[in-house]
Amino acid sequence: MHIQLNGEPYTLEAGLTAADLIDQLALTGRRVAVEINEEIVPRSQLATTRLAEDDQVEVVHAIGGG
Amino acid sequence: MTLQNDTPFTIAGRNFSSRLLVGTGKYKDFDETGAAIAESGAEIVTFAVRRTNLGQEAGPNLLDVISPSRYTLLPNTAGCYTAKDAVRTCRLARELLDGHKLVKLEVLGDETTLYPNVVETLKAAETLLADGFDVMVYTSDDPIVARELEAMGCCAIMPLGSLIGSGHGIQNPHNVRLIVEQSSVPVLVDAGIGTASDAAMAMELGCDGVLLNTAIAHAREPLRMARAMKSAVEAGRDAFLAGRMPRRQTADPSSPFAGRING
Repeated sequence: MHIQLNGEPYTLEAGLTAADLIDQLALTGRRVAVEINEEIVPRSQLATTRLAEDDQVEVVHAIGGG
Repeated sequence: MTLQNDTPFTIAGRNFSSRLLVGTGKYKDFDETGAAIAESGAEIVTFAVRRTNLGQEAGPNLLDVISPSRYTLLPNTAGCYTAKDAVRTCRLARELLDGHKLVKLEVLGDETTLYPNVVETLKAAETLLADGFDVMVYTSDDPIVARELEAMGCCAIMPLGSLIGSGHGIQNPHNVRLIVEQSSVPVLVDAGIGTASDAAMAMELGCDGVLLNTAIAHAREPLRMARAMKSAVEAGRDAFLAGRMPRRQTADPSSPFAGRING
């Protein structure tokens, strides 16, 4: 299955959830926020949100800025 | 004789003792970030929201350095050029911080000036306020726009002193004063502060606070500049409350004329 992850093409197994993706990215337990197709996925729903072909996924975190 | 205490500095219903707000960008490393911010005495600290770097080892996180339990965090929409991107960024920040409502809205016009795009800023503010955010808004030093943003319900108006990261100080103090005088919500100079006297000037104009980043991060000694900014904001605030002496065209001796030995 192909998705766009942070603006780049990304391939993963079909049927995975957003939580599985975060795990694959080694970001489990890190403070990140996830958006799929411009909608926030609350942390509590990551494990039940299944990814679909062509989903636009953003995974963001806090960085230094003014 | 005793001095009366200052009134509290209140943002979105919370009282703060420091009127200096700082950013977390452009520091050498997280150690320097944490130390400079501690030295500045700031209680409200702004940060940016960005894509995680995929395929790289996840290093220390900024939020480990500026802990949400110690500081009031102020996610910003730096780098957004449209209302839509700014709103998405605020919603991501709210999720990142478990329902946190306070944000710094900035929608920029172009990369050369980073000047506020007021049209997009107004649109984003409307959406964010309707969505329950507390919006501190970066804007131009235009009193009419400031009045509009306040009327919409923004909890702080933050006109630029000069261009972001320019260090040119407050280019139009008269406009900043007009905004201060008409506003019922806190007014903070955000952007352009280059050194301590600029921060003091903002406070002497009657601003409720100052938000700065580069002036500390790009000083030769960031920790010392952080301390200088803390003192400058306190000194400027006291000078504003004290009320400056009137200016005179001619000299006025401080020592009495009467009783001079040559009199």
